[in-house]
Amino acid sequence: MSLLTSLARLRALDEGIAQPVATVRHCHLSARPMVFIPLKLSGEAAAPLAAMLGTDRADPALLVVTQPRNRDLRFAWAAQVAEVLLPYIEGFMNDTETVERKNTDPYERAIDAPQLIVPNQGGVAFTRLLGRSTRFRRTDGPYPVPESVPLLGRWLTYLGERAAYPGSSLMLAATEELGRHWASGQSSLEDANLAALLAWITTGPTDEAEDPLIWPPAGPATDPGFDAEVLAPAMESGSAERVTEALRTQLEPTWRLMWQAIDLLAALPEGASVAQRWEQDRGSFSGMAVHIAEGAPPQARRDGAVAAAARLARMERAQAAYDVQRAYDDPLVMAEYRLTGEAFAGEVIETVPDNTEGEGRSRKLRPLVVIKTDDPVRLPPGTTLGTPQRRSQGAELVEAAEGLVTLKITKGMGRGRTAAPGAVPEVGERVCYTSLTDDFQGSPALPEPEATPWTHGGPPQEYVPDDEDAQEEWS
Amino acid sequence: MSGLKREGDHVHRLDALRGTTPQQPHDARAIAALAANPGCARRALMDGAGIDKDAAARHLGFPAPFGQSPFAITRGNMFEALVKADGCAELLRMLREVLGLPVAEVSYHDVENVGAHLRHAHTKALFDRAAREGHDAGTLYDHPLLSLRIAGHTAYLEPDVVAFQLGGRFHIVEIKSFAVIDGQADPAAVAAAARQAAVYVLALRNLLEELGHDPLKVSHDVVLVCPENFANRPVATLVDVRKQLAVLRRQLARMTTLDRLLEGLPDDLSFDLLPDEDGRPTRPVAELADALHRTTARYAPDCLSTCDLCFFCRDEARQEGASDLLGRQVRDELGGVASVAEALGLADGSRDPAEGQEEIARLLRNAERLRRECLN
Amino acid sequence: MTTEQLAPEQVIRNVLADLPRHRGVVVDSPPGAGKSTLVVRAAAHIAATGEPLMIVAQTNEQVDDLVARISDKHPHLTVGRLSAGGYVPPLRMLELPGVRVGTRIQDLGDPDIVIATADKWAWIGDRVWPWAIVDEAYQMRSDKLLRIAGLFERALFVGDPGQLDPFSIVDGDRWSGLSWDPLQSAVSVLLRHNPDLPVHRLPVSWRLPASAAPVVSQAFYPFTGFRSGTNHGDRWLELSTGGMGTVHDRALEEAARSGWALLELPNRHTVRTDGEAVQAVALLAERLLQRGAVAGSEQGERPVTADRIAVGAAHRDQVAAIRAAGLPPEITVDTANRLQGREYDVTIVLHPLSGRRDATAFHLESGRLCVLASRHRHACVVVARAGIAELLDAHPSAEPVQLGVPVKFPDGWEANQSVLEHLSRHRV
Repeated sequence: MSLLTSLARLRALDEGIAQPVATVRHCHLSARPMVFIPLKLSGEAAAPLAAMLGTDRADPALLVVTQPRNRDLRFAWAAQVAEVLLPYIEGFMNDTETVERKNTDPYERAIDAPQLIVPNQGGVAFTRLLGRSTRFRRTDGPYPVPESVPLLGRWLTYLGERAAYPGSSLMLAATEELGRHWASGQSSLEDANLAALLAWITTGPTDEAEDPLIWPPAGPATDPGFDAEVLAPAMESGSAERVTEALRTQLEPTWRLMWQAIDLLAALPEGASVAQRWEQDRGSFSGMAVHIAEGAPPQARRDGAVAAAARLARMERAQAAYDVQRAYDDPLVMAEYRLTGEAFAGEVIETVPDNTEGEGRSRKLRPLVVIKTDDPVRLPPGTTLGTPQRRSQGAELVEAAEGLVTLKITKGMGRGRTAAPGAVPEVGERVCYTSLTDDFQGSPALPEPEATPWTHGGPPQEYVPDDEDAQEEWS
Repeated sequence: MSGLKREGDHVHRLDALRGTTPQQPHDARAIAALAANPGCARRALMDGAGIDKDAAARHLGFPAPFGQSPFAITRGNMFEALVKADGCAELLRMLREVLGLPVAEVSYHDVENVGAHLRHAHTKALFDRAAREGHDAGTLYDHPLLSLRIAGHTAYLEPDVVAFQLGGRFHIVEIKSFAVIDGQADPAAVAAAARQAAVYVLALRNLLEELGHDPLKVSHDVVLVCPENFANRPVATLVDVRKQLAVLRRQLARMTTLDRLLEGLPDDLSFDLLPDEDGRPTRPVAELADALHRTTARYAPDCLSTCDLCFFCRDEARQEGASDLLGRQVRDELGGVASVAEALGLADGSRDPAEGQEEIARLLRNAERLRRECLN
Repeated sequence: MTTEQLAPEQVIRNVLADLPRHRGVVVDSPPGAGKSTLVVRAAAHIAATGEPLMIVAQTNEQVDDLVARISDKHPHLTVGRLSAGGYVPPLRMLELPGVRVGTRIQDLGDPDIVIATADKWAWIGDRVWPWAIVDEAYQMRSDKLLRIAGLFERALFVGDPGQLDPFSIVDGDRWSGLSWDPLQSAVSVLLRHNPDLPVHRLPVSWRLPASAAPVVSQAFYPFTGFRSGTNHGDRWLELSTGGMGTVHDRALEEAARSGWALLELPNRHTVRTDGEAVQAVALLAERLLQRGAVAGSEQGERPVTADRIAVGAAHRDQVAAIRAAGLPPEITVDTANRLQGREYDVTIVLHPLSGRRDATAFHLESGRLCVLASRHRHACVVVARAGIAELLDAHPSAEPVQLGVPVKFPDGWEANQSVLEHLSRHRV
């Protein structure tokens, strides 16, 4: 968190209402998101208790395990969840576009992709655990489960993993996304409470948000008081209806909050790079669909050495790109870099549009631009710069002193002797330049998993899901 | 109350702070929690005096937000019973695995069998013998009663814990019902378990030392037993608690040096809850609140998961408009500026920086300028 | 036999003797313990067998430095310096005998030794070297080792376990506890899979003076330890001109006399770029030059010129603020991360906890303080606000614990405490 965000929090606290920390929306928001609010039984790792889910705010499905310690009921519940989620997910698979790229075979990419929205990070973690506890199940042999259960497990695992992928919007946690766009007047720890955060954004803080009788926790843990006074007696009574109705009271308030959160995010204009990241999400989703269709085994319990390194490289690449794109898309995010001296904005006061370097054939157009800025520039001469105003251009800092910055444009000027109209900023134009650039070099190859070197344990045993996985108790 | 005060003896001063309120015994969890916010004088004094912070918070109208679900309690008890069933048969299987021991024969001592009043003496005798004989057959000691000196008082620790001894070397076994899934568990839960286990390690080391044995016969590797994956089947993992032990020693040493905090307190200060015959506090709420306000708290949002008094102190921070409300990081970033109004005044230029505030004022003004530029 | 009793020469001989016997050999080297000397000797030793050798370092500066050292000590060896496209070799390298620079293996001829950064090696394939030396292996992330380990059959891993751990901009919890966790250092992963590999320790620091070696050893290498290669009196620092009795002058005098000084400013919570502290650091550096400091050692006597002085801080904004305070450009001003592996006569350090109200894991990371406190041959002056002892005392301990991750020592808290206690004896 930067001083800019801290200041926004201070202001929020003082004015009693959250303050914006973004001017555009940085996540993709589906036209038909699937809201998913899972609850688990207290004290258990991944014993589902209930879920409220659906794409229609007026018509959520409520699925309940009326006796959570009953294994059959749990799998029946998982099958019910699958009945809602799988058709939703599969509904996106058929509409595709053909992508043709240099050096690779053309492939099919979904036009649109599913989007799962849970209340908070706990919801993401629980979704991942649900995936883990169902994806290895077998449909035959001892303890058979319906066919949809292991398939559901693989999709939940996939979506849960995508949630950790920087910039991906296939699975979102509402509190995270709200927190990325608004600063409340409370601590980031308290922002994990969806009701409290939404109150800060909409009406101002209220103690009611922390009263579980008014706003039950958004899951996956339930309120201990509710467990003791309502849920336990309901379960003991043996009445499935009583249990269901009890859990409905815990889920319905959060259901309303979730759609409120979606409306708030939807009201923000979309950032310029959001579509590009969503395109990657769509590609990833189609890849997963193909993977499953081709009969690949379920995801391993943990990454092998090569898979871990490959995933780390992808995630670091995505994180770097996400950070840069957000700053380029949103002046308020860029302001954080201006505050630390890694970016500056100001007015162009002088230009030399036809400045050249080199002689003869190697003569190149290198226009000079002088900018007057109030920002504290902390970049040494020679720094490579980029600008949100002309994203295909690159520049180099020549000199910065006393509020005046001279730079020369070094990339994207074409081969002509004079600059194309609009290519060089005009005197009087407001521009912003930053050392933050997204020029990724590509990462070197990794060995094949079967060629894992001795330093990393040698080739791993090939992972074959066994009966033990399939029969793993789920108590 | 002030009549009870004896100069130079902070134990008595702490007793006086507590007044007629019975002392809250320190269990391992409470001792482990001493390190949660050592900079908080209010908490240090209440812990030192042995005041039940939960009861105080309730009485003040700010009950702590910590409850435990009956399902979690049942699950915990069930799991422990399972691990300890049949003379800890399941536990032994795991100990063999995790410690790599060829334990052929094992004896099992349930210290609880001798009756509460004798348990500590009995524990001592058993461990003395075990340390001296160092026999090769493994021995499990269930429910040993250990003790630690905290701020001048002896705290008895009644662990659900088992100590396992083989060849004169002891391991503390801690049974917890959170799951280990594919080798990993919730790091916060593991940390809490490690802090608690460290309390037992230290207590057992002290015991051996008192008896003239080498305290290092108690291993710093504790055996953490948890359910594996989604089943009830237990799995044992070794956890190195050396860091937790170091922290614990530091905190216990601090508790004996509360003098400095006590010195600054008014003579008539009392945290007494004035319990009636049924133990219900009768102290006027405003009076108790006033007494607490006279000690300095160091509220941080982290308190919301570690201290019974958190809502009381958060409320106080709100009244004061303290930037502590926003978290340690924000507070630190603001340099010496403690109040929200002051920080905002510096940011919008309505307040002139005091000496030493010039830099934070410049940074805040710059941040304010950027926010205005971007939002208008 | 413990390493304490071994002479450095014996350790080096043991290392060389172990090379053909094991697939991997690890050498832990505390600050200034002759790591580069070992690398150069091992390189010559292997080259003498006639078998080709690859050397892996982490930065271009480290590579250039090793090339120069090898060429200097063993001018008959041919060295290929493999580099990325944008790399401009320093002029002096092009003049070295037997050294060739190129972006492809084919450009290098067939030298005795090929040397490059780990990043560059990751792009090389289709060839296996019988031998490799991996330098600064504790600062190398294990995923980098994974990319290049197929290039060699046997390797010598050399590095300093006390410095800063590698890191990532993404959360790596998903891999914690795995023996091949990509965010762990190359050495941790190597040793977890090959626990029987020999680990040697260089026992003597040639850089740190007798006044510093015990302090750094006790705080940051509590279990292994090392000693200074020089005795009290072998090194001295003299200020040729008289002082004016200011705190800055007195701090420099204390540092010249004892090897350490703590310039303590009044207790106050400040922003990171605490102006007063920045000013004090800059003044100290300036006065040190003005007073014509002269350093004497086993290498002879020489003036402490600006290029022999470094200023270290924890954060980049602090570094920027100190640079902006107007120091001569020859004085190195940098963060702990970038000062790793470097050596100066005198260092001036802005204490990472100065002016802080709460310590974070970043501030307490023992490697950060270790780097800052172990760059000097003669003296180290620390600037800090009073109150660090209280801050450490009030530090909450709630570190999460991951199962299966070996506990790392020293603990940052204990190390900070230990250094602070020592510094308090040199307070002005």
